[in-house]
Amino acid sequence: MFAYAIRRIIATIPVMAIVALFVFSLLYIAPGDPAAIIAGDQATPADVERIRASLGLDRPFIVRFVEWAWNVLNGDLGVSIFTNLPVRHMIAQRVEPTLSLMVLTLTFAISFAVPMGVIAAWKQGKWIDRMVMVVAVLGFSVPVFVVGYVLAYTFALQLDWFPVQGYTPISQGFGPWINNLALPAIALGSAFIALLARITRATMLEVLSQDYVRTAKAKGVDQKSILFVHGLKNAAVPIVTIIGLGFAGLIGGAVVTESVFAIPGVGRLVVDAILRRDYPVIQGVVLMFSFVYVIVNLCVDLLYTVFDPRIRY
Amino acid sequence: MKRRSFLAAGAAGLALPSYARAQGASTLRFIPQIDLAFLDPHWTTAYVTRNHSYLVFDTLFGQDANFNYTHQMLSGHTVENDGKLWKLTLRDGLWWHDGEKVLARDCVASIKRWAKRDAIGGALMDATDELSAADDKTIVFKLKKPFPLLPDALGKSPSPMPAMMPERLANTDPFKQITEIIGSGPYRYVQAERVQGSRNVYAKFDKYTPRPDGALDWTSGPKVAHFERVVWTTMPDAATAAAALQNGEQDWWEYPTADLQPLLRKNAKIKIAFPDPTGGVEMMRPNHLVAPFNNPAVRRAFMYAIDQAEFMQAIVGDDPGMFYTPLGMFCPKTPMASEDGLEPLRGKRDYAKVKEMLKAAGYAGEKTVLMVPTDYVTLKALGDVMADTMARVGMNVDYVATDWGSMLQRRNKKDPVEQGGWSSFITGWAGTDHFSPPAHIALRGNGDQPGSWPGWCVSPELEQMRTAWFDAPDLKGQQDICRKMQVQAMHDVPYFPLGQFQTPTAYRSDITGVLNGFATFWNVRRA
Repeated sequence: MFAYAIRRIIATIPVMAIVALFVFSLLYIAPGDPAAIIAGDQATPADVERIRASLGLDRPFIVRFVEWAWNVLNGDLGVSIFTNLPVRHMIAQRVEPTLSLMVLTLTFAISFAVPMGVIAAWKQGKWIDRMVMVVAVLGFSVPVFVVGYVLAYTFALQLDWFPVQGYTPISQGFGPWINNLALPAIALGSAFIALLARITRATMLEVLSQDYVRTAKAKGVDQKSILFVHGLKNAAVPIVTIIGLGFAGLIGGAVVTESVFAIPGVGRLVVDAILRRDYPVIQGVVLMFSFVYVIVNLCVDLLYTVFDPRIRY
Repeated sequence: MKRRSFLAAGAAGLALPSYARAQGASTLRFIPQIDLAFLDPHWTTAYVTRNHSYLVFDTLFGQDANFNYTHQMLSGHTVENDGKLWKLTLRDGLWWHDGEKVLARDCVASIKRWAKRDAIGGALMDATDELSAADDKTIVFKLKKPFPLLPDALGKSPSPMPAMMPERLANTDPFKQITEIIGSGPYRYVQAERVQGSRNVYAKFDKYTPRPDGALDWTSGPKVAHFERVVWTTMPDAATAAAALQNGEQDWWEYPTADLQPLLRKNAKIKIAFPDPTGGVEMMRPNHLVAPFNNPAVRRAFMYAIDQAEFMQAIVGDDPGMFYTPLGMFCPKTPMASEDGLEPLRGKRDYAKVKEMLKAAGYAGEKTVLMVPTDYVTLKALGDVMADTMARVGMNVDYVATDWGSMLQRRNKKDPVEQGGWSSFITGWAGTDHFSPPAHIALRGNGDQPGSWPGWCVSPELEQMRTAWFDAPDLKGQQDICRKMQVQAMHDVPYFPLGQFQTPTAYRSDITGVLNGFATFWNVRRA
C-alpha cells in the first residue's frame, strides 16, 4: 500500500502540470485586463499600457508561462499583481480559516448525518425515517446562503449567542475559534448532511437486508452492534466515497459561506482574484485546490482498505 | 458529570457573543466600502486607497468643506517674483513612521512622483521650471508662469492623494507600487497584521504632532487621533455588514447600501449621516468615434431623453432628499457648479418627441452597445434604466452585461461595434472628482490624443476653456469659465450626466466626531 501511495503521489505531478497549463491558458484568453482594473476608471489607454508593461503583461504567452512554470517548480507561486504580496503568503494566510471551516463542517456533518442515516434505515417507513428524509430534502433545497442568513439572524442578531461574522484563529483559544465557526459550519454542512444522510440510509438498507445481518440477529447480537459494527462498517465504502466527493462540493460552498460570514478564507481570496484578474493568485489557488483534491481522493482510496480488507492495492 | 450538564456547559462555552465585541474601547472597527487592494497613495485613483492614505500619510496643504486650502504639513509659505517663486516651509515636529525626520527633499521627491499620476499635478509640473529643496525645511517651486492653484493642487482631496513619503520610497517608479507603507500621518500602517482582502490595521503614531492651529474640517486643521487602533474589516456581503453593525461587532460602516438603510434607521443605536455633501455623480459616456454617438446631433437629441430623477430613484429610492437634479458638468453645491445650459435636462420627458428628434438628427437604427458592469449594484441599476430609456426612444440597444474588469478592458477599443467595439458605458464618480476642470477628465475634448479618456470626445472649445481656467485670476474668473464650459458641454455632449446622489455613512451612536467629507479617522472618538 505504501508503494501504491507513493505511485499515486507521483502521478499527481502530470495532473498538476495539466491543470497549470489549462488554468494559465484559460486566464490568457479570458476577457478582462488587470492593468485596466489597476489603472481604474480615470485612466487613459496610455496609462493602462504603461501599467501593463510594468507588470510584464505585454510579453508573449509562452514567455510568461515558462517563467511562471519555472518559478512554480522552484516553489515560488509569484507575486500578486494587485497587492504586491507573494501568492504563497496570501494563500498561507487564508488556509487556516478555510481548513478550519472544512474540518468543522465535515465533523459536524458526519456526526449528524451518519447516525441519522443509520437510524432512518433501521426505522424504515416509521416517522423517524420520514423526518430524516424531510430534513434531507430541506437541506438540499435551501441554498447555503439562505441557511447562513437565517442562522445569523436567529442565533446572532436575535439570541446573541454567536457573532455575525469574522474568524478567530485557533491559537487565540478554542472557544473563540468555534464560536466564530459554529454558524458557518452548520450553514455549509446543511446540504452535505442531507446528501450524506440519504446515502447512508440507502447503503444501510442494502446492508441490513444481507444474510449475515439476519444471521447476527438470529444469534442474538444486540441492535447497536448490528447497526454500527456489522452494518455501518460494511456500508462505509460508498459513504467514504461520498465524503471525498463532498469535499469538492464543500470547497465551492465555502466560497459562499466565507462571504456571508466574512471569513477571510481561500474561497474569498480566489473570488476576489478572479474579479480582479489577479492571475498569479488564481493560478496559485487553483493549483493548491487541485493538489488538495488529489490528496483527498488518495486518502479515500486508502480508507477503502481499512473498511473493506478485500480491497488491496 | 451528567450528560445534560455536560451539554449545557458546552453550549455556554460555545456561545461567546461578547468575544467579538470585546476588542477594547480603544479600537475603532470600520467596514470600508470595498476591499483595500492597493496601499500606494499615488498609484491608484481608488477611493478606498485615498481613505487609507489619509490615515497614514499627510499632505502639505489641507482642504476644508468650502474648498479652501490651508497649511497642513507646512508652517507657512511665501510667493515672490510675481507669483513665479513659491517657498513652502515645513512645520516642526514632523516624523516619518520609520523614525526619520521629514525633510524637504522627501517632499520634493513625493510631489514629483504624485504629479506623474495626477492631472492637476501634471499641470503644476508643466508650469514648473525647477522644484527643489533649498534646505531641510524649505521646498522651492520656480515656475515658468504663475500658478495660483498650487495650494489647491497640493491639498486636493480627490484621488490620487498628494501624499508625502520618504524620498527612498518616492523615488519608486510611479507606475510601480511602493513596497513599504511609511507616511507621517496620525496613524501608522501595521503591515504585519494585514490579511489581504479582509483586514487592515492602523496604530496611533505616537510621534505625530497635530498642527496647533486651524479649523478642523475635512482634511484640514489639527488631526488628533483618539483611538489607539483602527481596524478595517472588509465585508463582501452588505447584509452581513449591516448585521455586524447592529450587533455591535463593528462601529462604522462606510457606505450602507440603499436597501438596508431603512433597517438601520430603525435601530436607535445606529446613526446614519451624510457627511460628504458632494456625494456621488453618475454618467453615461458615449463613444464619439462610432455610430450613433459619433453624431453630435444624436447626442444632443438623446440628452432630452434623460430623466435624471428616474436614474437616481433606481439607486437611492424615492426620497427626493437623497439625490439632486439637474446635475450639470460640475458637482452641485461646489463653487464651479451652475445651472447654465441645463434646459434639456429640465421638464417632463417626451419620448415620442425625442424619437422624432433622433430621426431628424440622422439616427438610422444603428446598434447601440451599452456596457453595464453588473458587479456594481448602482451601475447595474443605472444601466437598466438607461437601456429602458434607449428602448423608449426607439434606439436599437444591445445591453452588454459585463463585469467591471472586462468593461475597463473593452472600453479602450476604438473599433466599430461589429468588431467588438462599444457605443456607451455607465460609470460613476465621487462628487469631488467633478469639483473643477483639472481632474474632470470626462469633460476633456482632446479626442483620441494620447492621454485622452475612452469615449474620445473632440471639442477644441472645451480644451481652450480648460487651459484658460488655470490662468483665471480669481474665483469669479474660474466660475465664469466653468459656466461657459457647461454650456459648451451641453452642446458637444462629452457625456450624459445622470444625477447626483447622497452617500450615507452609518455608525454606532456612541461614535462621535465624524468629520465632513469622506471617511477620516482623526477627531473620531467613543462617547
